[in-house]
Amino acid sequence: MSSSTVIRFALGAYLLVFFSYLLGPLVVMSMTAFNSSAFPSVSPWACFTYEWFDVLLNDKHIRDGIYYSFIIGVGTVILSVSMGLAASIVLTQVWPRIRSTYYTMIIAPILIPGVVLGISTLVFWDRVGQFLGAPDGSFLHGLFHNGIFLTILGQSTFIASYAMLVFVARLQRFDPGLTEAALDLGATHTQAFRKILLPFMRPAIASASVLAFLASFENYNTTTFTIIDYKTLTTVLAQKVRLGINPSISSLAFIIIVLTIFAALAFEAVQRNGRRREAVAQGKANPPSKGIIPPFFHGNFAAFALVALAFVVIMMVSTAQSHSPEVCKQQVRDARQIEIQQRIDALKKSRALKEQQSNSEAAEPDAEPAPASSGAFGGVFAPSNLSADEEEPEASEPKEGSGAFGNVFAPTNLDSGD
Amino acid sequence: MSSGVAVDLENIWIRFGDFVAVREANVSIKGGDFFSFLGPSGCGKTTILRAVSGFLEPSQGQVRIGGKDMAGIGPNKRPTALIFQNLALFPLMKIWENISFSMEVAGASTAERRKRADELLDMIALEGQGDKYPSELSGGQKQRVAIARALCANPDVLLLDEPLSALDLKLRQHMRTELREIQKRVGITFIYITHDQGEALTMSDSVAVMKAGVIDQIDSGHNIYDHPSTPFVASFVGENNVFRGKVKEIKGNDALISTNRSGELLSRITPSQVGKLSVGDDAMMFIRPETLRLGKADASSKTTISADVINEEFEGNSFSVFLKGDGDKSIKMSVPNAGQDHISSRGENLSLHYDATNAVAMPAGELASE
Repeated sequence: MSSSTVIRFALGAYLLVFFSYLLGPLVVMSMTAFNSSAFPSVSPWACFTYEWFDVLLNDKHIRDGIYYSFIIGVGTVILSVSMGLAASIVLTQVWPRIRSTYYTMIIAPILIPGVVLGISTLVFWDRVGQFLGAPDGSFLHGLFHNGIFLTILGQSTFIASYAMLVFVARLQRFDPGLTEAALDLGATHTQAFRKILLPFMRPAIASASVLAFLASFENYNTTTFTIIDYKTLTTVLAQKVRLGINPSISSLAFIIIVLTIFAALAFEAVQRNGRRREAVAQGKANPPSKGIIPPFFHGNFAAFALVALAFVVIMMVSTAQSHSPEVCKQQVRDARQIEIQQRIDALKKSRALKEQQSNSEAAEPDAEPAPASSGAFGGVFAPSNLSADEEEPEASEPKEGSGAFGNVFAPTNLDSGD
Repeated sequence: MSSGVAVDLENIWIRFGDFVAVREANVSIKGGDFFSFLGPSGCGKTTILRAVSGFLEPSQGQVRIGGKDMAGIGPNKRPTALIFQNLALFPLMKIWENISFSMEVAGASTAERRKRADELLDMIALEGQGDKYPSELSGGQKQRVAIARALCANPDVLLLDEPLSALDLKLRQHMRTELREIQKRVGITFIYITHDQGEALTMSDSVAVMKAGVIDQIDSGHNIYDHPSTPFVASFVGENNVFRGKVKEIKGNDALISTNRSGELLSRITPSQVGKLSVGDDAMMFIRPETLRLGKADASSKTTISADVINEEFEGNSFSVFLKGDGDKSIKMSVPNAGQDHISSRGENLSLHYDATNAVAMPAGELASE
């Protein structure tokens, strides 16, 4: 084996590890969305089901969260894109000596922890309300204590900085001579901005908007302080995690992943088409051949994989109506019942055995302490106590006590999840 | 054909902090003239142009266009149009939209704009190309579009900031003629900035030669070439051989100069310096390469230079012979190509003759660096 083969093999292995590290969690997460088990899990695999999508769509909290996240996202895009654009233009106009200071100031919000931004937004607008003397119940007071208003402001403080970075990168390629040319031809400053600079900035505005929306949509640590009595998707999810989650979260994640992939595919396709058309127009490339495979796929394995994935998703959605996991779930439930019954029986047997032993030990007061199962807990869980108190309930409520699994696989949980 | 509008610069000073970019510029440009500012890069000629177009206010002095003081009037309100060095065509607009931009901002309808743009496209011989984008045009075509865009605004004065510098030689020569024709046709005042003396001399009615913020001479191209008023102008415009020395004798408009190297030489004093040169002054004498001729050695002649040949170059239409000259500078002689194999051989001693009227003498000063 030559050294180049070794290197290629190592590189392949590294890439495999890297991509599994990158994508593995997403794959596992997506799989849990289709497992009927009440807690997000892949193993043990119970039944293939779409029911968590139903649960998700019927969850009013999540629906509300998405709705408000969307409104806040749109508000944040509008506010932070315009602030970022203004800030970046000022950066190109400002006196060169204070430019770096100005830049640092504008960039600072990115470095400040989101928690701090959240709290300070809350406090600041409360004080502004007090300063303006807005009485309780007035419009201003309501506005300054409105979760949506505050969250848009709070998020925009740092998202505007992100947007500005995008704009600065684009502006660096702008020829100020174009604005001068427009002015020279009689345009006012407003016209020069609207007809020359703004069209040039359009691609950057689009990408900054997407960036701002995503940053707003996924923001938690600022939002959690400023949202007050409203909720966004992130705060709802955080609450759910605290109270115990079910796979409907996974199904939401799955939907988001799929939407992202579709959007990325569409974007890439449009881009490539545009580039290709440009190249053809300039005579640098041949017009697309009339092959079976669109030119987009030539030598693009990732695109193949993504499209295959997209097909799988479409198939899944189409089968969702007809697929019914009920039979399978009944089988799983029956199997579990049997398993639990077996465990209970085994437990009972061992209990009975222990009782015999402890009875015989009780007859000898100076004997060794109780067996391992109770030793660590002192007298509280002394076998004698235990057996006296729990013998009866155990028998009457067999579903409650499958100690080895904790509550996670408790059949009652399962039932409530159905 | 309109008569054009006059432009006057009166005692213009332009300072950037401590740096003086333009010093005491007094220029009056007649209406309908093709006027050039000629100078090496960094001499302040673009700064003057920006002051005329309104992108910067002079620190001192007055810019008048058509007799009207332009102080406080922005570039979009001045009757000037500027053609930028890099042309500054709007890359996201089609050619016809570029050309009619000045009408668009004035609120003209699409049909009107399209009509005017098509007329101008005809004028610049680009008919039918209006729907292309600037990136699809060649350098010369872009150049013409930039001119059409500026003319569409119906300016009284067209300002051109080295618009041909990005073009290759052939195209540049072609565009010179074309620009001059356009100027004659529209009849408006052109102010042209260039560092290329060829451009300035071929196109202009008058040329102002600038050096480090100072205008050395304003004159017709012919006079700039034949009667330079400073050593800078003499050495910057065209090629010139310089002889340093002291004035020995003055006879009317002629001076006898005892040069450092070539003995006593007779020269005419440049018109603007007549009376300012006196015996004993440091002087410089300039003789153009094309006015030197081969002749016989004659020690008594005051218009003969004796020098050794360094080398000879064949230039197609002429031979350039380089001879040992004053200090580190060589003397260049240009001999028309009349079918000779060669003019001289290396190391040969030649006697060069010239006509005293073809030599100019003036007080010593700074030469243009090469």
